Amino acid sequence: MARHIVARTSEIPPGGNKVVDIAGRDIVVFHVNGEFFALLNRCPHEGAPLEKAACVARLTSPEPGIYERSRVGEMLRCPWHGWEFDMRNGQSWFDPKRVKIRSYPVAVERGDELRKGPYVAETFPVHVKDSYVIVEV
Amino acid sequence: MSEVIDRPLRDDEKPAPTRLRIVDCDVHPSLHSFDDLNEFLPKRWQQHLREYGSHLRTPYLFTTPYPRSSPLIARRDAWPPTGGPPGSDLAFMQKQHLDPLDVEFGILQVLDLFIFSQQNLEFGAAIQRAINDWQLAFWSHRDPRLKASILVGQDGTDLAIAEIERCARIGEYIQINVSPRANEPLGRRRYWPIYERAQELDLPLGIHVGGYGGHAPTGGGWPSYYVEEHQSNAHTIAAQLASLVIEGVPERFPKLKFVFIEGGFGWIPSAVWRMDQHFERFRSEVPHLKRKPSEYVREHFWFTTQPIDEPDEARHLRALIEWVGIDRLLFSSDYPHWDFDDPRFAFKTPLTEVERKKIFSTNARAVYKF
Repeated sequence: MARHIVARTSEIPPGGNKVVDIAGRDIVVFHVNGEFFALLNRCPHEGAPLEKAACVARLTSPEPGIYERSRVGEMLRCPWHGWEFDMRNGQSWFDPKRVKIRSYPVAVERGDELRKGPYVAETFPVHVKDSYVIVEV
Repeated sequence: MSEVIDRPLRDDEKPAPTRLRIVDCDVHPSLHSFDDLNEFLPKRWQQHLREYGSHLRTPYLFTTPYPRSSPLIARRDAWPPTGGPPGSDLAFMQKQHLDPLDVEFGILQVLDLFIFSQQNLEFGAAIQRAINDWQLAFWSHRDPRLKASILVGQDGTDLAIAEIERCARIGEYIQINVSPRANEPLGRRRYWPIYERAQELDLPLGIHVGGYGGHAPTGGGWPSYYVEEHQSNAHTIAAQLASLVIEGVPERFPKLKFVFIEGGFGWIPSAVWRMDQHFERFRSEVPHLKRKPSEYVREHFWFTTQPIDEPDEARHLRALIEWVGIDRLLFSSDYPHWDFDDPRFAFKTPLTEVERKKIFSTNARAVYKF
């Protein structure tokens, strides 16, 4: 596994995402409520681009007529058929054992820490005063 | 037997090593705005559209079907970067859909302005006429892959016949689209003049599910949820299939072809088995039928593939396709709507190259004579 610096934290606004090509893989990095998640940019059903997915809440109902929202913005709703996935691990909401999106570990690190380590991407000049999103692939 | 069933493959249809070019029988173009129609719509009806708009059998203003599931029922990635609704920008449709999926022909299915559900029949006919002209001017003439249909409503039957004649003289349309939800079941005699003319002109009748006619979309009444309504597309179209067959339309018009669009195909085997079984029991009620209902279905009706049912086991889908008949299925994507099927991934069961070629290309080419 190699670590790749993919963006400044300021570059992906809350609720937004950025698509990056890492080793030939189309990966999309989402920013949700201060956290970052990286997933393969492809729905396992028919291949829709997840960068266009809606970031929605988990909606549950203990009985008809009563609705509860939780984990606002953490569920991913495919732009085509509306299949829902948990952004934290790519698992589908309806069939978590069999259907999932490939997910990747993400870290946020300060530039001054990165300077010392072996992880500086040549194509992405690092400034010590910023924070960076790092995806492990 | 029709020319399609059990016909051996011709030499030019043998699987080629190249990628299969596909015929997509359900592509939805959209108006940018009503102004697109101005050049085709008389001033009187432009004014009517501005002042009164649609008169539908749905209660209250703006309780029309949108949004359902997704804004404009569209894929979230199908909004053109230049603005306007999904399906309204030819260049974007070419880039996102026609070119990458190797669409050789795409058949346009216009749903704008609830065209078949207009209760004011003269207004309905005027916008049908305008949209028929708009399909050629804005789409087919700019990209010859895109094929236009003659849209008419059955309930203004005389208006429909006049429009069919007008468009047939132009000679560029490949089918006649009628409403999936007319005021009466589609097999009723009042609609036969349209079927008669379609047979004479050798144009298939396309029936795209959806719309709001005078009746609840299910036999049980009006559904509460969109998911429930969407489910009912299959019941509605099954009822229309039964009406057409049992009222004797294929018996009366032996060369007529129907294409049911966006109704899926999972429901067909049981519907046909049941019709046959009942026919054996009640044939004295319908002595005008000379053959089993399934035989009419297998000769006169084709079904587009989307939405494809997705059973847990691939072999069940395979069995379903065999029950319906490989020759009966025409690929459709429903681009750019939310339940779009990608031709590369939609069939989650093995198909041979010959079967793929039939479903994705040659069946449609035979029906539409491309």
